[in-house]
Amino acid sequence: MSARETIMARVRAKLPKGPEGARREAVELHMAQHPRNLIPARGEGDIDHRIRVFTEMMVAVGGTVEIIDDVNEVPHHVAVYLRDGNLPAVVRRGSDPLLAKLPWHRGGTLEVTEGPAVDADRASISHAFAGVAESGTIVQISGPENPTTLNFLPEAHIVVLESAALFGSYEEAWSKLRSQMGEGNMPRTVNMISGPSRTADIEQTIVRPAHGPKNMHVIIVR
Amino acid sequence: MDLGAANFKDNVGKALADDKLQNAMTETGPRFIYKRTKARDALPEFDALRDQARDIKDHVLDHLDIYLETYEAKVKATGGHVHWAETPDDARAAVLEICRKANAKMVTKGKSMISEEIDLNQHLEANGITPVETDLGEYIIQLRNERPSHIIAPAVHLTRDQVEADFRRVHTHLDPKRDLTEIPALVEEARAVLRQKYLTADVGITGANFLIAETGTSIIVTNEGNGDLTQTLPKVHIVLASIEKLVPTLEDATTILRVLARSATGQDFSNYTTFSTGGRRPGDPDGPVEYHVILLDNGRSAVLGTEFQDMLRCIRCGACLNHCPVYNAVGGHAYGWVYPGPIGSVVTPALIGIENAKHLPNASTFCGRCEEVCPMRIPIPKMLRHWREKEFERHLQPTSMRWGLGLWAWMAKHPKLYRKATALAARILANQAFGKGRLKKVPLASGWTEFRDMPAPQGKTFHQLWKERRS
Repeated sequence: MSARETIMARVRAKLPKGPEGARREAVELHMAQHPRNLIPARGEGDIDHRIRVFTEMMVAVGGTVEIIDDVNEVPHHVAVYLRDGNLPAVVRRGSDPLLAKLPWHRGGTLEVTEGPAVDADRASISHAFAGVAESGTIVQISGPENPTTLNFLPEAHIVVLESAALFGSYEEAWSKLRSQMGEGNMPRTVNMISGPSRTADIEQTIVRPAHGPKNMHVIIVR
Repeated sequence: MDLGAANFKDNVGKALADDKLQNAMTETGPRFIYKRTKARDALPEFDALRDQARDIKDHVLDHLDIYLETYEAKVKATGGHVHWAETPDDARAAVLEICRKANAKMVTKGKSMISEEIDLNQHLEANGITPVETDLGEYIIQLRNERPSHIIAPAVHLTRDQVEADFRRVHTHLDPKRDLTEIPALVEEARAVLRQKYLTADVGITGANFLIAETGTSIIVTNEGNGDLTQTLPKVHIVLASIEKLVPTLEDATTILRVLARSATGQDFSNYTTFSTGGRRPGDPDGPVEYHVILLDNGRSAVLGTEFQDMLRCIRCGACLNHCPVYNAVGGHAYGWVYPGPIGSVVTPALIGIENAKHLPNASTFCGRCEEVCPMRIPIPKMLRHWREKEFERHLQPTSMRWGLGLWAWMAKHPKLYRKATALAARILANQAFGKGRLKKVPLASGWTEFRDMPAPQGKTFHQLWKERRS
């Protein structure tokens, strides 16, 4: 018998006996309906509330947030952020359509490179799939538009979050994903990111960064 | 497999006499408790979420065969591979075969308790492949050739100066005069050393906090980002998981995630929660090409349907360790195997046999804090009692203990005699204390009085007081 058969046989022998059909139906029904469980009230509210909670939570874990009204202002804010952080005026992005069509010349000398991140990159910019107010979390999905390495290799990770994608709870982000990809389908990677990289492995003392970005900067576009 | 778990009593003696360990434990224990309490108080729904988390896992365990099948089919449909492993040997062999096919010389590793359970690092080294742990705590203990002493904080038993000494011993390519007196300097050094490893590794191995049946997804949770660099940069990603890690849907995983970080580190959410489904898709400019999941049983299926089934709900948050007076006094290594603390005392006998884990079920004062803080509401004290019963049935306890229990049982069945004897004993002990209220020595209880005084009885027994106050 293969390991699979042995394990499955043992599991089946141990489980409560019941009609096989009913057990299968219960599982299929649960997965088809994927009901939401209890959602904490914290993130629920209008966009002002969600922006306030998101900002509070993100700042509490060492990230920074700024709120702008016009997406075309993003290049300018990126340039200022890099200058203030003493970083070179170079930023890496993927092929994301929103980021691609931004008037990058408004960033002055800002140089924008395209593709997945490499070790030498100091700063990257992604377009968030979603934001979650509840815990100040950014949701990124993999692909050429916003490659996963942008989230982890550079020292500074800048994220553009449109207010229409700033939800109260993770569940709303899942609903958006389900409607885009179809039920039960996932991109290769979904990254939920709450602040810059940290560790507390030596004497429970929090130190930033550990292996990922040192700074996480979210630009919310109202 | 080392069977240090049977040496709990000796290990405890050493741990209590180890000043460095005692310093480390005194510093960190209260911090974990404070952080969890703060996170719990900030979320009014916390306890209701724990109930739901428990119910989700109970539902999965009752339908585990179907969820396993569904999950496997979904992983395959998304281009991933599932390798079933009945024993640690099977799991090691599967990992080695994948590494060999990839011509791997070096593999980076995210934190994985399953890796510890199957002693993967030793096996890879013996076969000419260099494993590099990338979680800072795991990296430190790998340098020291130790096991983790805590499920989520593997190096919690060490102090800063010990880590500095290890880095100086191993990182010989760096300036010996560099300043490492501050913790951030140590973290920065580890970051620089490990960054090069991520970039050159041939295979990345991570654990899995959850597996989602609906989507064929594995989830890892980290704060450092090491797990993500480990699984994103090499060509091959191997996930080490065990069969009880399944949850039905994204929504169910989300509910349990809400209680995980709060219980573990007191964070609302970990910095990085990552959902992985299969390998690189058409057009993907990064990420692993191959995606493999090792599904380990190693004794878990035997626990299903028994009085120990509830232990399979465990999400390895470590809250029971942080709140355990025994764990905080002796540290994780005293437990002698992979999983320390209260949940370790429940899980270890199930995985390596109660005869190899004697004493662990007794490493508890039954104060009940573990059950009180468990996000999955696992009745840990009840299960420790079940293990004590098994020990008794199988004559694994010392003869003196069996005699003692036998004598006590006989007395308890003769209430009149019991009351007289306890009243007499209480009077004698109270007299012995000469009004000081405590005893430095008590016959047959040197195990207690060697380390602290025994509070003397105040004169009357519980039964006497009960009778008085009722009338």
